[in-house]
Amino acid sequence: MAKQIKGVLGEKLGMTQVFDDQGRIVPVTVVQAGPCVVTQVRTPDVDGYSAVQLAYGAIDPRKVNKPEAGHFRKAGVPPRRYVIEVRTTDASEYTLGQEVTVEAFEAGQKIDVVGTSKGKGFAGVMKRHNFKGLSSSHGTERKHRSPGSIGACATPSRVFKGVRMAGRMGGVRTTTQNLTVHAIDTQANLLLVKGAIPGPAGGVVYVRTAAKGGAA
Amino acid sequence: MHSLDTLDAASLRSDVPDFRPGDTLKVHVRVVEGNRSRVQVFQGVVIRRQGSGVRETFTVRKVSFGVGVERTFPVHTPAVDKIEVVMRGDVRRAKLYYLRELRGKKAKIREKRETRDAAAAN
Repeated sequence: MAKQIKGVLGEKLGMTQVFDDQGRIVPVTVVQAGPCVVTQVRTPDVDGYSAVQLAYGAIDPRKVNKPEAGHFRKAGVPPRRYVIEVRTTDASEYTLGQEVTVEAFEAGQKIDVVGTSKGKGFAGVMKRHNFKGLSSSHGTERKHRSPGSIGACATPSRVFKGVRMAGRMGGVRTTTQNLTVHAIDTQANLLLVKGAIPGPAGGVVYVRTAAKGGAA
Repeated sequence: MHSLDTLDAASLRSDVPDFRPGDTLKVHVRVVEGNRSRVQVFQGVVIRRQGSGVRETFTVRKVSFGVGVERTFPVHTPAVDKIEVVMRGDVRRAKLYYLRELRGKKAKIREKRETRDAAAAN
């Protein structure tokens, strides 16, 4: 845990493309990140670990319940919609009410982006688990997208737990690792991330320093 | 994509001339060799223009030593120094893929003759 993690909450705006300095096309996802506000600082003495609690997003004050309203009042900030904790060793450097913006990141840095993936509904095994399906010919009848065998017969006389089958797909927390920050726009609080990130446009995403690749 | 229009506006070029499929262009391409760059001219007929906004591209076809060569450029790429329109072509299609099957004189596109209305507009 020697690594100092920086994080910010934001909203995915969508994808577009920009040109880099060599005139090449770079596909980027635009994230409206922050400004977030520090609502609590966790310290090893009090909480047993060190972390920073960040809050983001406007909310109607009437919709905030009393425990949450009290928590925000303690920090001295107006209530926000989303709250997240960033586990980092340098948590003591943050102060209550401090703003965290896209300036926490710099262009070229590696990041992880956490979001909720788009829901796909009830999906078959080919879409959900990348099964190959059955042959399109050689006598296959009405079973072209089916999983085939799901286990043996009399032994074990049951289907093992965890066998991949059709079912609900998407709509779960997903992390995309090792994305590159292409550029940041401090005026508009925009973060241009190279590549795709989970979730629909308008979805809330959590951008943080990449978990991998710190040793180099 | 509506909300990203302001971001895209920064990548758009304002010096792109008005051209259509069938027009003959001289595309001045910046070529980087090692640490020096020079400008190379690619002259040919526009056979396709597709997409919109910052994603828009066009394809130029020329026949070089009997071999057809097609290059696709983003309209707003900074790698293109400038675009010159050599000739306006008179064509009835938006996509001129039929030129790939034609050779010699048949692959030639007639120059667009300006109508009286167009001349008056200019």
